[in-house]
Amino acid sequence: METKNLTCINCPMGCSITVKMDGGRIVSITGNTCKRGEDYAGKELTNPTRIVTTTVKVTGGQSNTVSVKTGKDIPKEKIFDCVRELKNVQVQAPVRIGDVVASDIAGTGVDVVATGNVERTGVDVAEAGNV
Amino acid sequence: MREKGNDLRGSSQSYDIVIIGGGPAGLAAAVSARESGIESILILERDKELGGILNQCIHNGFGLHTFQEELTGPEYADRFIQKVNDLKIEYRLNTMVMDISPDRRVTAMNRTDGMFVIRAGAVILAMGCRERARGALNIPGYRPAGIFSAGTAQRLVNREGYMPGREVVILGSGDIGLIMARRMTLEGAKVKAVAELMPYSGGLKRNIVQCLDDYGIPLKLSHTVVDIRGKERVEGVTLAQVDENGRPVPGTEEYYPCDTLLLSVGLIPENELSRGMGVGINPVTSGPVVNESLETNIPGVFACGNVLHVHDLVDYVSKEAAAAGRNAAAYVQSLSGESSFVRGTDSGITLEAESGVRYTVPSVIRPAYMEDSLTVRFRVGGVYRNCYVSVYFDGERVIHRMRPVMAPGEMEEIVLKKEQLLQYPSLKTVRFTVEEV
Repeated sequence: METKNLTCINCPMGCSITVKMDGGRIVSITGNTCKRGEDYAGKELTNPTRIVTTTVKVTGGQSNTVSVKTGKDIPKEKIFDCVRELKNVQVQAPVRIGDVVASDIAGTGVDVVATGNVERTGVDVAEAGNV
Repeated sequence: MREKGNDLRGSSQSYDIVIIGGGPAGLAAAVSARESGIESILILERDKELGGILNQCIHNGFGLHTFQEELTGPEYADRFIQKVNDLKIEYRLNTMVMDISPDRRVTAMNRTDGMFVIRAGAVILAMGCRERARGALNIPGYRPAGIFSAGTAQRLVNREGYMPGREVVILGSGDIGLIMARRMTLEGAKVKAVAELMPYSGGLKRNIVQCLDDYGIPLKLSHTVVDIRGKERVEGVTLAQVDENGRPVPGTEEYYPCDTLLLSVGLIPENELSRGMGVGINPVTSGPVVNESLETNIPGVFACGNVLHVHDLVDYVSKEAAAAGRNAAAYVQSLSGESSFVRGTDSGITLEAESGVRYTVPSVIRPAYMEDSLTVRFRVGGVYRNCYVSVYFDGERVIHRMRPVMAPGEMEEIVLKKEQLLQYPSLKTVRFTVEEV
């Protein structure tokens, strides 16, 4: 029987989780305080995943970049492929939160969406956001 | 548009509540004050947009408490900005508050209105905090280019689209430093080490895992920078182990060639305005001393968020700021007889922090004015495992809570119930303490 100690990354509580494994099979998961912790521990030992956040270039906007994230967590080993692909992505302002800036990133089947708003140049930011 | 509200020139304008700062604290305070029935609210923000520091915190992990979903900083800010707009709350951007008088006259300036004075029924201080800089650290060496605070680097990378450098050493394991270790790595930099003076990390555990461990970046506890090499640009730094007194141990020096040093060595509440108006400051938090209503020693002046004490989680900032907004609303309503909120100089119950507990917010409770329950927030001074947080009402232990792990980097809270406090009519002191098993 093998014991693995993990720190859950789902929320800032950072629960210490102990997983007992028997030949690659999970026998028990303890130490988590919610369901997310159990899911995380199972995934972390079989197929670890992460949400990736970065920025992409924007043209014609009041900012040169906009922040983005993967719509859901992707396999950990795809993180650098994801960021590398996004280096070549350029979007046209205006950009709104939730806009898809790249689909099926690094072959994961996951879309990358904007997490910030960028107005076109010449538009009064204060006016555009909310009138 | 709220930005184009009343003409503020001249000194005749008055608002029921003026909020200093349009970051997470100011936004949540404004929303809650409006929801408590206050029409006349003005937010003054010095940046060109609302949202404060959240706009550069593009990583995820925000909002699990507030929205039950995991958001990035800009998304979390946007939820509140939308609310502020939906509620038609007025705000001014690019506006710097210069001074607040004890009778709540706010002097501010911007390029459109020039200098103006606003009379406020109540003021909510929500100015946030700033980073401790190199000057506060006494690191020897020249002053070459390439030394940045972690937050400055975060702004450059995430907002301006610039990389501060290629080979990086980070001093301090605060959350911003950890987040930037990952961020710089994703952008192609080589982060060689994170050095932490203390024997434990100053950041959240989850950030050690997902920002350092994921990328094989070493965390060197009980280490500090003892030399910075380079005259025009950083060429390298020397790290050394420190003893229990924080003094470098001779013979443990290690040289790291690098072009960039990031500092993530603490945040300091930004209270120049508060001090200027005579608000009492707690030397431990560097934030205002407040009562259960988050009201300072000056009547009608409230504080919330990182200007009050530095938080780890924006969710808690939003909750605290919402309380400040409700209380400021009640104060304003009491002036016109609409509410029973009574300004008290009555002394109230003193909250004392001792043996392991560094401070509490608030530090005074007047049970008559508190809501049904009150969240007392505090930090501990060291790492404690399997210890109890105990709360004593005068001599009697009333709360005794087991905590598997407590660390200075993670804020703790205990909820006090009003009915519980009312059972002790002659109570003078509530003591918060850490007890070993």
